[in-house]
Amino acid sequence: MFYRECGNYKDSYASDMAIFPIPLDQYGFIIMMIFAFLVIPLTASDYWLSNIMIPFYCFGLSAIGLNILAGYAGQISIGHAAFMAVGAYASLILYGRYGIPLIPSILGGGLISSAVGTIFGLPSLRIKGFYLAIATLASQFIIQWIIVHWQWVSGGVFGTVETPDMQIFGLLINTPVKKYFLTLGWVVVLAIVAKNLVRGQLGRNWQAIRDVDYAAEIIGVNLYKDKLIAFAVSTFYAGISGSLITFCYYGAANIEEFHVMVSFALLGMIIIGGLGTILGSFFGAGFFVLLPIGINQVLGNFMAVVPSEILSNLEAIIFGGLIVLFLIVEPYGMARLWHTIKDKMRLWPFPY
Amino acid sequence: MNEKKEPILRAENITISFGGLQALDGVSLVIYPGEILGIIGPNGAGKTTMLNIINGFYKPDKGRIIFEGRERPKKMKPDLIAAQGIARTFQNLALFSGMSALGNIMVGRTMLMHSNIFSQGLYWGFSQKEEIEHRRAAERIIDFLQIENIRRTPASMLPYGLRKRVELARALAAEPKLLLLDEPMAGMNLEEKEDIARFILDANEELGYTIALIEHDMGVVMDICDRIVVLDFGKKIAEGTADEIKADPKVIKAYLGEAGG
Repeated sequence: MFYRECGNYKDSYASDMAIFPIPLDQYGFIIMMIFAFLVIPLTASDYWLSNIMIPFYCFGLSAIGLNILAGYAGQISIGHAAFMAVGAYASLILYGRYGIPLIPSILGGGLISSAVGTIFGLPSLRIKGFYLAIATLASQFIIQWIIVHWQWVSGGVFGTVETPDMQIFGLLINTPVKKYFLTLGWVVVLAIVAKNLVRGQLGRNWQAIRDVDYAAEIIGVNLYKDKLIAFAVSTFYAGISGSLITFCYYGAANIEEFHVMVSFALLGMIIIGGLGTILGSFFGAGFFVLLPIGINQVLGNFMAVVPSEILSNLEAIIFGGLIVLFLIVEPYGMARLWHTIKDKMRLWPFPY
Repeated sequence: MNEKKEPILRAENITISFGGLQALDGVSLVIYPGEILGIIGPNGAGKTTMLNIINGFYKPDKGRIIFEGRERPKKMKPDLIAAQGIARTFQNLALFSGMSALGNIMVGRTMLMHSNIFSQGLYWGFSQKEEIEHRRAAERIIDFLQIENIRRTPASMLPYGLRKRVELARALAAEPKLLLLDEPMAGMNLEEKEDIARFILDANEELGYTIALIEHDMGVVMDICDRIVVLDFGKKIAEGTADEIKADPKVIKAYLGEAGG
C-alpha cells in the first residue's frame, strides 16, 4: 500500500521523465480516474454533483491557469476572475447567439479570454512584482466595467445572460450527471496538457524567468515571448473554467460571480495548494470549495445553542483561521505536504 | 595559439560610463577561437562590465562588437546574442533556485530545442523525443562535471561550490561558441579551485570551447590562460602571455603601487 521506490530502477530517460514514474502512482492515478468517472457520478447525489463537484473542478481549472502564471512564470495576477468572466460571456454569446456548437463555443471562450489576457499581459514586459500585481488588478476593474457597460455583451448593469439548453450532437446536457461529465472531461484533458507544458521546455523557461529573469535572458530565453505565452495559456484556462462554471453551475452569466473577491480566492487557492504545482491547484480548490461547506455542516449541529447571525460569521472566522494556521504549518502548500509524505514513505516504517 | 587565426570576437574601442563614472574607456580586445583568455585587474577595473557588454547586458556608449565577422547591431537583445552562441556564468550566482540542478542545465539547452507549445502540450511524440535527446546531452555534461549525485537536488539546497559547478554546467549545456566565466573560482578553497581549473581546461581542450574568464587568483590565471588582458580604471594596460604580463611594469604598478612609494 505504501510502497515507494527506495532506489533508482529506471533504465530509460523516457521512464525517468514520466509524470508517474513508479507503478503505484500509475495505479493511483487510474483508481482516481475510475473514482472520478464512475464512482462519483453513480453514488453522489445531484446536489453534490452540481453544487460541489462541478465548482470544485472549475475552480481547480482556473487555479491551474493562475498557477501557471503566478506559480511557474512568477507573474502575479489579481485579475483572474475577470478573465473567467470574459470566457463565460464569450462562450455564451458564441453558443447562444451564433449557434456555434457547444464544445467549439467553450473553446472559443477560452481563446477570446486568452487574447484579452495577452493584451493585459503586456505590462509584464516592463514591470514586475507588486507593480505588476496592481496592473493586473486594474485589468480586473477595466474588464468588469466594460462587460457591465457594453449592452451588447451583458445586457446592461443589471443584466444577466441566461444559458440556453446545452446540446452536443443532439444530446441534451440537462442533468447534473451530464454536466458533471462535460466539466470533468475538460478538466482532465486540460490538467494533463498543463502538466505536459510545465515539465517541458516552456515550463522550465517559465521557472527560469520566475527565479532569475536576467540569467534566463542571458542563457537564451526570450522573456517577452515566454511571459506573453504564460499570460495566454493562463487566461485560456481561466476562460474555459469561466465558461464551464457558467454553463454547468451558475446557469447564467452575471458579472457579480466574477468579482475581485474571486480573484483573491484563486490566489489563495494556489498559495494554500502549493505554488508551482498542478496537483496543488486542485488541493487549493478543494480547500476553498469544500472546506467552507464542511465547516457549515459541523456548525449546523450547534444551531440550537448559538444564534444564527453569530453562526454565519463563525464560519468565515474559522475558515480564515484555518488559512492562517495552514500557512504557518506548511507555507509551501498542500502539494509540498503531499510530497513530504511520499518522501517519508520511501523508508517507512524503518527509517534508518 | 601561435598561428594567426581570425578572432571569434573583436571588441573595438569600447567606451561606457554610468553617470559620472567612466567604467570602460576605449578598451579593445580580441578573442581567438579555441583559446582561454584571462581578464584580470584590480577591483573596479571594469572587468565584469566588459563581460556584460560582450553578452549584451549593457550597450556601449561608443565602440563596436564584431562576433564571427559580423558587426552586432546597436540594440540587440541579450537572448538573441545568446542565440548567436555566447553563454556566461555570473560572479554572484544566478541559478534558478526553484529548479533542480538538472532543470537548470536543461534551461541551458532552451535555444537548441524547437518543439512548439502545441506539441509540448501533447508531449507524447515529437516533444518527448526532443526532451530525451536533450536530456542525453545534459547528462553528458553532468557526467563531465561529475555532478551525477545532485541532479535531482533543488539548486537552492546545494552548497556554494556545487552551485558554481551547476552554473558552469548550464552555460556549457548551451554549447556556446564563446563561453564567458565571471570569477568561476571566487570563494572556493584550494581543492575546489583545482577541480574547477581542471574542468575549464578540459572544456577547452577536449570539448573545444573558447573561453574568456575573469579571475582574481593570479596563480590560476597564469597557469590556465593562453593570453591575458589586464584592465585598470577602465583602460587596457597590458595584453600578452602570462610571462609577458608578469614582467610588465605597468601591471606591477597597478597591482603593487609605485616602487619606492
